[in-house]
Formats: sequence, C-alpha cells, structure tokens
Amino acid sequence: MNGFAQYLIRRFAASLVALLGVSVIVFLMVRVLPGDPARVIAGLLASEEEVARIRVQLGLDKPLHVQYIHFLGQLLRGNLGYSARTSDPVVKEIMHRLPATALLAVVSSVLAGILGVAAGTLAATHSHSLVDYLISTIVLFGISMPVYWLGIMLIVVFAIWLQWLPAAGAEGPTSIILPSLTLASFSTALVARMTRSSMLEVLRRDYVLTARAKGLREGVVIYRHAVRNALIPVITVVGLQFGNLLGGAVLTESVFGWPGMGLLLVESIFSRDYPMVQGIVLVFAFLVALVNFGVDLLYALVDPRIRYG
Amino acid sequence: MGSISFTRWWIPGFVMAKRKKQGILAVWRRLRRQHAAMLGLFIIASLALLGIFAPFLTPYDPVKQDLTHVLLPPSRFHLLGTDHLGRDILARILYGTRLSLFIGFLAVGLGLLVGVPLGIISGYYGGWLDIVIQRFVDVMLAFPSFLLALSLVSLLGVGLTNVILAVGVSTIPSFIRLTRGSVLVIREQTYIEAAKAVGAHDTTILFKHILPNTLTPVIVQATLGLGVAILMASGLGFLGLGVQPPTPEWGAMLGEGRNYIFSAPHVATFPGLTIFLAVLGFNLLGDGLRDALDPYLKTLT
Repeated sequence: MNGFAQYLIRRFAASLVALLGVSVIVFLMVRVLPGDPARVIAGLLASEEEVARIRVQLGLDKPLHVQYIHFLGQLLRGNLGYSARTSDPVVKEIMHRLPATALLAVVSSVLAGILGVAAGTLAATHSHSLVDYLISTIVLFGISMPVYWLGIMLIVVFAIWLQWLPAAGAEGPTSIILPSLTLASFSTALVARMTRSSMLEVLRRDYVLTARAKGLREGVVIYRHAVRNALIPVITVVGLQFGNLLGGAVLTESVFGWPGMGLLLVESIFSRDYPMVQGIVLVFAFLVALVNFGVDLLYALVDPRIRYG
Repeated sequence: MGSISFTRWWIPGFVMAKRKKQGILAVWRRLRRQHAAMLGLFIIASLALLGIFAPFLTPYDPVKQDLTHVLLPPSRFHLLGTDHLGRDILARILYGTRLSLFIGFLAVGLGLLVGVPLGIISGYYGGWLDIVIQRFVDVMLAFPSFLLALSLVSLLGVGLTNVILAVGVSTIPSFIRLTRGSVLVIREQTYIEAAKAVGAHDTTILFKHILPNTLTPVIVQATLGLGVAILMASGLGFLGLGVQPPTPEWGAMLGEGRNYIFSAPHVATFPGLTIFLAVLGFNLLGDGLRDALDPYLKTLT
C-alpha cells in the first residue's frame, strides 16, 4: 500500500472516531438532563399516558446502551427521529433547510477565499507600506467584529438608508449579498492574515530569488512561484475554521431571517424541540468532519511531502 | 560543610528569582514599544475602569424604565439615547461592561483550570492517558465552538452561570491542545532530564519545571480567548439564549435593539460598538504579547 492510501485511511479513521464520539455526546445530551426527557418532549400540559407513550416510542424504558445502539442504528439508516413540534421526520426538515445554509456557506467561503488571498498577497508584496498597514487594520477589525452587529449595520446602511438591497429573507438573487458579506467578514480577515504571513515566508525562499534572477517579471514570480506555495497553509486554515463559519451562520441567518439550518436550530432551541436540535447538531458536526477530511485530501494532493511524510 | 550546601542551595534560587524579575521587566519593555498592544491595554483598562466606577459615572439606573422617554436619540441628557423601555443606553453599557468582563474572565479561567492540567498530563505521561484525552479533544473540536456553547445552553438553560459554563467548556479543548504541544517540546529538554537524574519527584517536575515553561503560549491564548469568550457570550445574549433581561448585557441589548433598527438604529449601534472595542482590545494585546513574549510562538498559537 502506498503512502497516500495509508494517509487517507488514517485520516478517514480519525474522522469516523470523532463522529462516533459526537454521536455519543448528542445521544447523551437529552438523557443526562435532570428530569424526564419524555416529559420535556411531551410538554408540561401533556397527560401521564401521553408521556408514557412518548417514553416507549423513544425507547427510554430500555437500558442506556441498548438505547444508544438503537439510536446509532437509526442514525446509519438516515433516521434522526421526529420533530417534537411538527411530528415531521427531522431529516425531512433539515433537508428542506440545508440548501439555504449550504448556499450561504459556499458563497461566503468563495468570497473569503478570493478577497482574503488578494488582500493578503497585496499586503505581503507591499509589506510595511501604507497599503500593508491599512489591510492589517481592516483584518484586525474583521476579526474583532461581532458578525451579528456587522449584519445589522449593513442592513441599516444598505437596506434602510440607501435602500439598495433587501433587509431580510431569501427572495431574489440580491438577497444573498448582505448575509454572505456578513458571514464572510471573519473568514476573509483570517485568510488575509494567514496569506500575508505565509507569503512573507515564501518570498524569502531561494526559488523566488532564482525566479527573479532569471529575469521573470514580478507578476509571474508572485503568481506562479510565490502564491501557489503560500496557499498550502492557507487551505488548512480555511478548513479548520469551517466550523466557525457554521457557528457564524447561525447568527447571520438569525439576523437576516435567512431560512437555513442555523435559524431552524435557534427556533428549535426556543421551542424545546430536542430531536430537531440533536439532528441539526449532528448534521453540522458531520459537515465539519466532511470538510476537514476534504481539506486533508486537498492538502496531500498539493503538497507531496504530506503523503510520504 | 553546612555552609557549602547553604551556598549551593541558596545561590541558584537567588539567581533564578532575579532572572525571573528581569524577564517580566524585559517583556514589559518590549510590550511597551508596541503601540498596538498598548492601545489594546488602554482600551481594556478603560473599559474595566468604566465598569468599576459605573455608579459614579452615570446618574441613571440601568434597569429603571421610563416609558415617557422611549427610543430617544442621543442628546445632552442621554448621551447615547434611550432604548424601547426608556432606559439610558450609556448606563446599560457601563454596567454591562462589568458583566461581559466577568463572563470573559470566568469562562477563560474555567478553560485554563481544566485545559492546562489535562494538556500537561496528556503531554508529559503520554501512553493511553494521552490517547484518551486526545480522542476526547477530537470529539470536542468536531463541534464548532459556538455550536457547542449553543447546545450546552439549550440543555442547561439560559442565565449567567450557564453562559459562563457553556463558553468556558467550549474553550477547554484548545487549551488542552496548546499545552500538550508545548509540554511535548519541554519534556525533551536537558533540564528535565537533569531534574529526573537528581531524583526529583514527578509533581516537582510538573509544577516547578514544566508548568512555568508552558505558561507563555497559554497567556497569549488566554488573552485572545478573552475576546472570543466575550464574542460568544454576547452572541448567545443576542439570540436571547444568554444572560436574560432586564440585566444589562451587551449582546442582549443588541438583540433587543434590532427590533427598532428602522426607527432608532442607535439602540443596536452602541452596544455592538462596545463589544467590538472590547474584543479589539484583547486581540491587540494578545498579538502584542505574542510578539513580546517570544517570537517563536507565532507558529505555536
């Protein structure tokens, strides 16, 4: 077996173990609560028979490990249980909301990638100039800004004062502009910061010196020799902070009334719809594991040292 | 004989104490040259002072409603205006400072208290203990930290204590990882080998030699973590899942203010601006500390 396959299997196994752990925690989440989860799910006004019915329906009358194995079995079959609020399958509701969150996350990631790499490269190639200081300041602001505040301020300026863009909802192509800008702000700043320091490192390397000595134009040196190599660590940062992006999505969706999973999560917490909360947290953790695995894969593809290291 | 052993024991201790003092002074001198870090320290110190002296700085009660003066724009009487219940926004922000800093310090303190010892044990002893702790960290890190805090609050319920718990717990894995990383490096140093060779007990090695040397990256991480903790706690507050009204909390104020952005945008603007400033302060100070404490840390944190 070659090194690449071994590496892949190792990373895949690590993701699986983490996901299994997540499933245990999510399973225990509802069960460790003080009080009777069946009573919590049924609501305060439900009758004793109703509570007993839910207890049996959820299998809460069985020992804990039996319950977990059942839970895991259902999970593997794609059954996340039923919403306590609407009685619809949790999976159905999540699948209904997933596309909106995915669209928001993808558009924001692409925005962050393009803007962040461009800003970071510009700062590195003009290091210690006015441009560099300006970009570094904006980056620091981006990292320190609460996303929900930025979202509200963007609504005030672009939807209320200028009336260029819609304030909330997901109707029409322009409605994604403000939410994606809001969500992208933190990632953009992080990518820019990482690109800058990585670029500064790469620009000191001998092969950049050689490329310049060959008489290549500066643009070619930067884009063909420097940026490509500088992006390798940036990929990891983008992957690692995908979880943060999803966390930010919860807040962003809540500010803009964007009909995704984040908004559904907040609504479900308020209505104590625990099966739904469990399902959404599991799907979020699954997405994070998936993206991190993809990043590991990409990382090995662009940097052969990882594969054979 | 007695005098010789006296000198042998006394001198290294004396020299070490002196060097340590110089170390702190040297760090302070390096830190002082960094304008950004000093700006951060100034922001945080100002906020802390404003919070402490809040009762002397504003004549208004942060929770007292005045329904005859609602949603007033900033004026001579209400410097930052009033909210939808006629409460003075400046007074609420000032009192809110106490709460946000309190939450931040306690949450990060919880993360340190649990994360650092676990990281040291994991890194120093290795073996199955390390494997168990690291798999646990993997699982914790599979949850995005804000979602972890959100899930915890949804289970524990809202309120101050639970917010501190939720935010604190979500900072634990990063402290474990960081401490373990530096212990792995320190463990291989000659002075640890020397301590073991003279027969020092494990607890002596852990507390006297390993712990102090892991502190540098931990201090940096904790400073930056304070900013993150404030962001998370106010994020929970914004969603209505944090500290509950009528307690003046920045995030909750922002959450209430968003309902009035059409008629009175200032209600949401100022609390958000304060959160931004506080987080900015900790980020500036954290970055500065990282550069002042040790340049090699740039790769660690």
